[in-house]
Amino acid sequence: MAKSPETEHPNKAFGWAAKDKSGLLSPFHFSRRNNGENDVTVKILYCGVCHTDLHTIKNDWGFSYYPVVPGHEIVGIATQVGKNVTKFKEGDRVGVGVITGSCQSCESCDQDLENYCPQMSFTYNAIGSDGTKNYGGYSDTIVVDQRFVLRFPEGLPSDSGAPLLCAGITVYSPMKYYGMTEPGKHLGVAGLGGLGHVAVKIGKAFGLKVTVISSSPNKEDEAINRLGADSFLVSTDPQKMKAAIGTMDYIIDTVSAVHALFPLLGLLKVNGKLVTLGLPEKPLELPIFPLVLGRKMVGGSDIGGMKETQEMLDFCAKHNITADIELIKMDEINTAMDRLAKSDVRYRFVIDVANSLSRM
Amino acid sequence: MGKVLEKEAFGLAAKDNSGVLSPFRFARRETGEKDVRFKVLFCGICHTDLHMIRNDWGMSTYPLVPGHEIVGLVTEVGGKVTKFKTGDKVGVGCMVGSCGSCDSCTEGLENYCPKMIQTYGFKYYDDTITYGGYSDNMVCDEAFIIRIPDNLPLDAAAPLLCAGITVYSPLKYHGLDKPGMHIGVVGLGGLGHVAVKFAKAMGTKVTVISTSDSKRGEAINRLGADAFVVSRDPQQIKGAMGTMDGIINTVSATHSLLPLLGMLKHKGKLVMVGAPEKPLELSVMPLIFERKMVMGSMIGGIKETQEMVDMAGKHNITADIELISADYVNTAMERLEKADVRYRFVIDVANTLKPTP
Repeated sequence: MAKSPETEHPNKAFGWAAKDKSGLLSPFHFSRRNNGENDVTVKILYCGVCHTDLHTIKNDWGFSYYPVVPGHEIVGIATQVGKNVTKFKEGDRVGVGVITGSCQSCESCDQDLENYCPQMSFTYNAIGSDGTKNYGGYSDTIVVDQRFVLRFPEGLPSDSGAPLLCAGITVYSPMKYYGMTEPGKHLGVAGLGGLGHVAVKIGKAFGLKVTVISSSPNKEDEAINRLGADSFLVSTDPQKMKAAIGTMDYIIDTVSAVHALFPLLGLLKVNGKLVTLGLPEKPLELPIFPLVLGRKMVGGSDIGGMKETQEMLDFCAKHNITADIELIKMDEINTAMDRLAKSDVRYRFVIDVANSLSRM
Repeated sequence: MGKVLEKEAFGLAAKDNSGVLSPFRFARRETGEKDVRFKVLFCGICHTDLHMIRNDWGMSTYPLVPGHEIVGLVTEVGGKVTKFKTGDKVGVGCMVGSCGSCDSCTEGLENYCPKMIQTYGFKYYDDTITYGGYSDNMVCDEAFIIRIPDNLPLDAAAPLLCAGITVYSPLKYHGLDKPGMHIGVVGLGGLGHVAVKFAKAMGTKVTVISTSDSKRGEAINRLGADAFVVSRDPQQIKGAMGTMDGIINTVSATHSLLPLLGMLKHKGKLVMVGAPEKPLELSVMPLIFERKMVMGSMIGGIKETQEMVDMAGKHNITADIELISADYVNTAMERLEKADVRYRFVIDVANTLKPTP
């Protein structure tokens, strides 16, 4: 007889789950495995709300397995560590990001690129190595193999540092991989949301000149005065876009809806690179002439490996980079999701799990 | 008003967007102190010539004398020319001028200079319009002249000046020239067949990707490709999934990028050297989840064009050509439009382009 979520593992757990594609989240009793010899058990303090959580609870991508407990920007305290665990001890402040499993023996894993392992498993809405479903961080505890646990550096706040575990690595990894870190070069950041605002901060920390490219003129003041961008380009203003043609060395494109690449490619200098991070529902249109005439490149990227995620956290701690967050209670999550769907957040919701997730 | 040009020239020009080429008398400048003048022996016919004579891209001015795969023998050099002398075998490709001072020029990438002057149909420094190689003589600044290695037959070497550099440059720039790598070449035409030859000479394994099986024998037995995939056959595509380090895509018609991206390994590079006029559909999944890239490339700088031609000399790489007489050129254009050529027409200028009385 199939076990229920509550009984499939020995340790009770509690969180909020979406039960169907309405995406409505509600209290959910389930269970977590015993802490194995390689595992770390984490009491969850905070969990960021990522746009992927919204896509998944609504089954936008067609592979949601309900009930879904989302959440992959998790910060908490280690309450138990297995006997083979060397990197962490009880009481440590730790983070868990987008992935919690991989084969640990393929070429990608050997290169610390667990995110490209063909057997990689996501923190939630995926089958873990024990064959049971993974539940994410909108919950009280999580048990994770030490390889997928991150040390949260001194000085990096738990609440505003949480979104770095997905948003942070998602922009940091391609900036390193595609060589978008040469001080003095000009970075364009398209879209000013969860990913975009972190990209601005990280870009500035690399010594780049940063221009935000956005369709919302009302974000200009924030972008420049609060986030530290050097300039702001309204993408719907043809004059301004024309004046900016051929001025950028790199563009990080965080826009997740279907959008035009042509104007963005025009902003790049010769040899310029555009890295797209959003996952639109339909394919984009790629104009070829700008690529050919200017030797330009379009690439993509997806989170990062564990080693570089740790490197990113340490980098952010050193440069005092955190996300701009709106802290919410667990029972405010459905309203937050509605607002997220309208991009009505500056710039990431973070659930105050420990203080608001009360077992019902 | 432009400078008065003093040296007579004779060639073939398109007079309007019908694209029909007919005899045309015109004038070129005198040989300036930095110029090299040469008698044109052969000129390759590039697909760009076809687009330009018909004004497909809306930038043609008439009369238009096409031709940017030009080879010949030096007849005169200016007083400040140091690298060439009378009798040398030389060539000119797609460019005859650039600003010389921008970032691109400083890096030897004149092809990306915003003020780059193309060999035909562009305004030169003296305000005259440039005329290309479907003509009896050429004059060009020394900086844009390419020396042709002695051992290469001039007629078959001519297409290297555009087709050759167009595929050589991205193979080098994107690091797709390492022995043992696996390179795909999409489209087996003027660009594609030369890409196969250069990629093989670089020591890579080459798979030709084509829409029909008809060129399989040629590709493998004559051009030296290691494998051949018919892009309309799902089974063949499936067998090639995730196997290539890079793909040089020479196709300029609208086509699907998805199977090509599928054939790349993780981190693989899809290089567009053909330029479809309409945007292509791009699914971002292969880019995001497999970190694959799509990039473009356009000819190459002068230094690397010389490097390419020198490599061709060392490895005996030339284009597969059909030599034609000047009066066949309009028929050749019609055949080119139907891709009915193995794989480049070259005009036997010196022997067949005669001024009409």
